[in-house]
Amino acid sequence: MFGLSPQEWTAVLLSLRVATVATAVALPFGIAVAYALARSSFWGKPLVEAIVYVPLVLPPVVTGYLLLITFGRRAPVGAFLADHFGIVFSFRWTGAALACSIMAFPLMVRAIGLSIEAIDRRLEDAAATLGANPMWIFLTVTLPLALPGIIAGAMLAFARALGEFGATITFVSNIPGETQIISAAIYTLTQVPGGDEAALRLVIISVVISLGALIVSEWLARRATARLHGI
Amino acid sequence: MLTIAVEKTLGEFAVNVAFTSESGVTALFGPSGAGKTTIVNMIAGLLKPDSGRIALNSDVVFDAAAGINLPTWRRRIGYVFQEGRLFPHLSVRHNLDYGRWMSGEAADPAAFAHAVELLDIGHLLDRRPGKLSGGERQRVAIGRALLMRPRLLLLDEPLASLDAARKQDIVPYLLRLRDEAKVPMIYVSHDPVEIARIATRVVRLDDGKVAATGGVELLT
Repeated sequence: MFGLSPQEWTAVLLSLRVATVATAVALPFGIAVAYALARSSFWGKPLVEAIVYVPLVLPPVVTGYLLLITFGRRAPVGAFLADHFGIVFSFRWTGAALACSIMAFPLMVRAIGLSIEAIDRRLEDAAATLGANPMWIFLTVTLPLALPGIIAGAMLAFARALGEFGATITFVSNIPGETQIISAAIYTLTQVPGGDEAALRLVIISVVISLGALIVSEWLARRATARLHGI
Repeated sequence: MLTIAVEKTLGEFAVNVAFTSESGVTALFGPSGAGKTTIVNMIAGLLKPDSGRIALNSDVVFDAAAGINLPTWRRRIGYVFQEGRLFPHLSVRHNLDYGRWMSGEAADPAAFAHAVELLDIGHLLDRRPGKLSGGERQRVAIGRALLMRPRLLLLDEPLASLDAARKQDIVPYLLRLRDEAKVPMIYVSHDPVEIARIATRVVRLDDGKVAATGGVELLT
């Protein structure tokens, strides 16, 4: 399809899978962290904020290397997870998803946090007077009102995960069919003679998917915002 | 019956009040900055007094000495806010149902129909708050608070955001609430004309203290 070779096609599907899983897994954490940072003040909050946002400013290769020495097969956390839960990240697509999650996390937290901060907290007070306990307030008022930000955050994370290269290739290498996502495939193709045409095909697909994700998120966020303004 | 005797210091401003409120409508009357909203927020549990005691009949909802501070959501005290505060993402019908959902009670179509009829909001049920006028919004807000079957209803300047004509539209509904639904109410306002029409009892506040309590003759 689209004149893609099976190997290129594999890279496209793998990228979509990695980005989807990375976004889905990061989302509950993203919402929890954004809520905690927006609403509570606790000792060490600046440190937590710094850790959440640091992948934005670190060279991706550094993040990938840190993942490698933390979650690698013989690294402390990686060995523990492998021995006790059978979860292996190194040189697996799951590792690519982990790298993408972490790279995309700051964007997600930022978008969701802004929308939580924008919520009129007096509506939450009103819910409390109507008998809603804090959990119900969160589920029936805070979460629905933050929906545009949650959609935007998820889509930004998805787009970021699709474009991820440095951290992933450092952490889980560039194994066709296992960890070779679109960007890594493009890189590989540009390194071999005669690969330009295939690289261009993947570039076009990459642009189309990313633009598509942005357009869909924009549309969903607009609809959600209109809903929230009671229209 | 509401019994309240509380102190609260907010920066330069201090509230120190004690009064009781029977059935009917007790107005908290005074200039802006007299501490009216601070007091109703303490009754609702949205603001914690520094010291004192608040009880509804024999049920103590706050007692600093005994360490009692019932959270807002367990007080069953209705609150109609100045700006309505309807949930923008829910239809009018779902706004009205919200209190019942939260208390986990079964639907009571008769009570729902009665409140809808009392406030004349039947034609608004499927709309969203964004499409309501100011007066409609306040009527829905009153209905929402009424349908949670509150032990006491707090109304904080419920007409302040409306123009004079709209105010006159709402007053009859409040009178029906008082005379037909017989919900005890605390009614906050700085407008003596409004209070004279609605209140059965007046607590006049000035600078965080009770200046006088009595009937509507205090308004003059």
